[in-house]
Amino acid sequence: MRLEQWIYTIPLRVRALFHRNRLDSELDDEIRDHLDRQIEFNVAGGMSPEEARLVALRRLGNAALVRDKTRATWNWNGLEQFFHDLRIGMRTLSRTPGFTLVAILVMALGIGTNVALFTVVRSVLLKPLPYSDPGRLALLYEADNGEEHPAPWLPVDAGSFWEWQRSTQSLAQMALVSPFQGYNVSGEGGKLPEAVEAAWCTGNFLSLLGVQPMKGRAFAQDDDRPGAPATAMITASFWKRRYGADPAITGKTIWLDDKPHTIIGVLPPTFVYSGAFGGATDQIWTPVRHEAPAALLNTYGDHEFLVIARLAPGVSLATLAARVDALQKQIKSAHPEPAVHPGAISRTMLDDAVQNYKTPLYALQGATGCVLLIACMNVAGLLVARAASRNKEFAVRAALGGGRMRLIRERLIESLLISVSGGALGILLAWAALAWLVHARHDMNRIEAIHFDGVAAAFTLAVISLCTLFSGLISAQSADRGNILAGLQEGSRSHSGGRSRALLRRLLLTAEVGLTVVLLVGAGLLLKSFQHLRSSDLGVPIDNALTLRVGLPNARYKQGEQKIAFFEQLIARVRALPGVSSAGLVSEAPGEGWNGDDLMSIVEHPPLLKGQGLDFMLRGVDPEYFSAIGLPIFKGRTFNHDERGDRANVVLISRGAAQQYFPGEDPIGKHLRTIDEGGVWTVIGVVGDVRWNVAKPPNPTLYWPIYGNGYNFATIVVRTAHDADSMAIPVQKIVAQLDPDLPVSNVMTLREAIGKSTIDSKFDAILVMAFAIIALVLAAAGLYGVLAYLVAQRMVEFGIRLALGAQRKALLSHLLLDGLKPAMAGLLIGLPASAVVVRLIRSMLYETEPLDPMVFGAVAGLLLFVAIAACLVPAWYASRLDPIRTLRTE
Amino acid sequence: MSKPSDLVQGTLDLLVLKILALEPLHGWALSQRLRQVSGDVLQVSDGSLYPALHKLENQGWIHAEWKPTENNRRAKFYSLTRLGRKYLEKEAANWERISTAISGVLRLTEV
Repeated sequence: MRLEQWIYTIPLRVRALFHRNRLDSELDDEIRDHLDRQIEFNVAGGMSPEEARLVALRRLGNAALVRDKTRATWNWNGLEQFFHDLRIGMRTLSRTPGFTLVAILVMALGIGTNVALFTVVRSVLLKPLPYSDPGRLALLYEADNGEEHPAPWLPVDAGSFWEWQRSTQSLAQMALVSPFQGYNVSGEGGKLPEAVEAAWCTGNFLSLLGVQPMKGRAFAQDDDRPGAPATAMITASFWKRRYGADPAITGKTIWLDDKPHTIIGVLPPTFVYSGAFGGATDQIWTPVRHEAPAALLNTYGDHEFLVIARLAPGVSLATLAARVDALQKQIKSAHPEPAVHPGAISRTMLDDAVQNYKTPLYALQGATGCVLLIACMNVAGLLVARAASRNKEFAVRAALGGGRMRLIRERLIESLLISVSGGALGILLAWAALAWLVHARHDMNRIEAIHFDGVAAAFTLAVISLCTLFSGLISAQSADRGNILAGLQEGSRSHSGGRSRALLRRLLLTAEVGLTVVLLVGAGLLLKSFQHLRSSDLGVPIDNALTLRVGLPNARYKQGEQKIAFFEQLIARVRALPGVSSAGLVSEAPGEGWNGDDLMSIVEHPPLLKGQGLDFMLRGVDPEYFSAIGLPIFKGRTFNHDERGDRANVVLISRGAAQQYFPGEDPIGKHLRTIDEGGVWTVIGVVGDVRWNVAKPPNPTLYWPIYGNGYNFATIVVRTAHDADSMAIPVQKIVAQLDPDLPVSNVMTLREAIGKSTIDSKFDAILVMAFAIIALVLAAAGLYGVLAYLVAQRMVEFGIRLALGAQRKALLSHLLLDGLKPAMAGLLIGLPASAVVVRLIRSMLYETEPLDPMVFGAVAGLLLFVAIAACLVPAWYASRLDPIRTLRTE
Repeated sequence: MSKPSDLVQGTLDLLVLKILALEPLHGWALSQRLRQVSGDVLQVSDGSLYPALHKLENQGWIHAEWKPTENNRRAKFYSLTRLGRKYLEKEAANWERISTAISGVLRLTEV
């Protein structure tokens, strides 16, 4: 519109908006003036006053319509009608508060869960990492693609790293990081000692990521060498928590493992390192070449590191990966030892951080999508049913000239009102769900990136619009099909009407049941997998056992005897505690992780080929450990108290190791030799198998005395008659009495430890199950609704049938079968669909086949049971009808 | 209300504008004038004039104003705006072109 046009029309718009009543009365005046003049004219032409009036009116036409049509040309008229329809919509909805409430809640549930999941998926899986130019960052791993034990994504040894770095300078910058370190922070200045998760990194790590410290400076190359002054950086949260955000923190000394380090800088609060091997909870960062033992920095056989690369411009990840893989193959041929890996692979840093969450999150998103679809179908179904009950009204309105578009719009507005209210409630729900998730799953990588932002808001609006259109158009389509006459006739006697509408609802229901079946099958499989995981046997009784971890700083406990003395004193005092039935020490308790293995050969067996060895997981234990943890000794004996220090050359092996490495012979008295160092150990016993990870099979394990193999850390296992929890404080007190600087970490019962390691699976299983139950309830409500509606429609028919002598039982079974048809059809569609879909979640299942017949059978049974229950009520009601009363009500 | 044929419906705006171009008029006078100039060829009911007038006003082609008339009465007078005059010229030329073309076709004699 041109400017000049605005000048003329803006006053009109303003009047149309604010002075609508005056506009109305002016229009009335105008028409009245017209009529008056026409009448005068007619009278002047010789007509009688009465005749003049009639002719004038006839010439004008339908005055009301003239007024309406004129009003329609005014500005804002569409808006006015919209508000009018909105008012009508609200009034009709508030007439049936029950229906409205249910529909809104159903929508809120559907929209809320979707918005929450969308936000999570976007924040965690899709948002770029908070580093500069994160698309060029990648992680490099070693890999063993041999046929015997293919193992991708293995951590890297420092020796290989230096060679990679040297040979790929034109392709990428590389940094080394070891995020699974830890320090004992000594209590200084009245602060408590604590064990803190920490990471070692090369001097270029932070500059490679593009992270600037919020205080002080980042590591320089010069900090990262063995003779440099000891330096450390701390995270913002550690700075706030332990130092109360002390502004003069830089330059202060922090005692890490009893060695003074200077705090040179504080990392920004936005900085999180999250990778597939953890690191998000690391609070202290130190230069690797200063901290790591020299042996570790030069070996090819000890894999303690991860490698981060920033690709040079124009270099693709594939190029770099191929180059590094080739390098690693050369390294392997130069160092054929078994511990050196023969290949390397890579993935982007984002993939590395979220790889483990991809499938579960997409699966959950899929599940919420299904729930939303079902919710929409249910609301559509409810609207269709309402439309049916207002059939006569619509027919009358159409007969009186009500515009078709107007009627459709009314439907859309009803569904708009429901969707928008549901959406508003859904956002609250999503907000609560996100808050809960961030609280409940802080173990998850990138959980800190979850925010409800503009895109999520736009997504919410899109979902609301889709729901509006979906449920509104389905019901509008059903309303507008009929010809008016049929509607009016059907309305007069309501015995066989609404068939087509019932058909539509049945189709919706079939789809609903199909989706529900898919959800139920998925949930069933996840639940079964979780059950397996939960009940998978750690190898020891998990009740009434408490574990606590202590680590002795090498700086203070320099001599092996000092460590042994400390541990002996500690365990003796713990055993003396009232309530403790037994206690032992172990380097890593069952379920506590991998933590070290070594290759051995058997002295009595023919020598192995060069580069080969028998893999044993290594555990240091004290003599009483086996009885404390409840691990049966099948053969031989445990250690004697004097088998320690120099005489600690005896071992027990697990039954798995005995069967695998000593097939058909008695391992007792045989000797093991480490491949690298050549020490010899005598096997004195065979014990039961335990799992290092509850979801992984037991490994061949070797137990040797913790007193004398250089251990400076141990997990105390305390077994009680009941309430193992209550021992936590007394044991911690004992540690504090022995050494007030020593922190105690990982205080938990074995049951809690297992719960922690199965939280992923529990989380997925419970959420999907919740969605599936919602879907089942919705589908059941739908089944019930359709049959109840049909029965209400055909009440008179049934009355007549019964009056004519129909069998009540036959009527019941007839109706039941009728109502069950959509459920059966849905089941028939849903089961094969599930069989396809569950393949996608295969990686989430533990010892559970995707096509588990028990789960499929149970789902089919459950669904039929619920469907029968839902249909039984209206069918039974119909078969109990009193024919006389039914016929009279008509 | 009798429905004028589609062609006339589309040209009602044009006629109204043309008549108002001669002098400002109120609704009834306009209906009289329309009847006079077009005879009974255009079967336009008086009522259908008002939606057209209000539409033209909302588009800025014409301007409405309540003015006193004889016998102490008031009437709503419509007059052409500058924009409306331009629009009329354009549309009239258009109409001229189309009607010439159509007449030309209709005058073709069969050979």
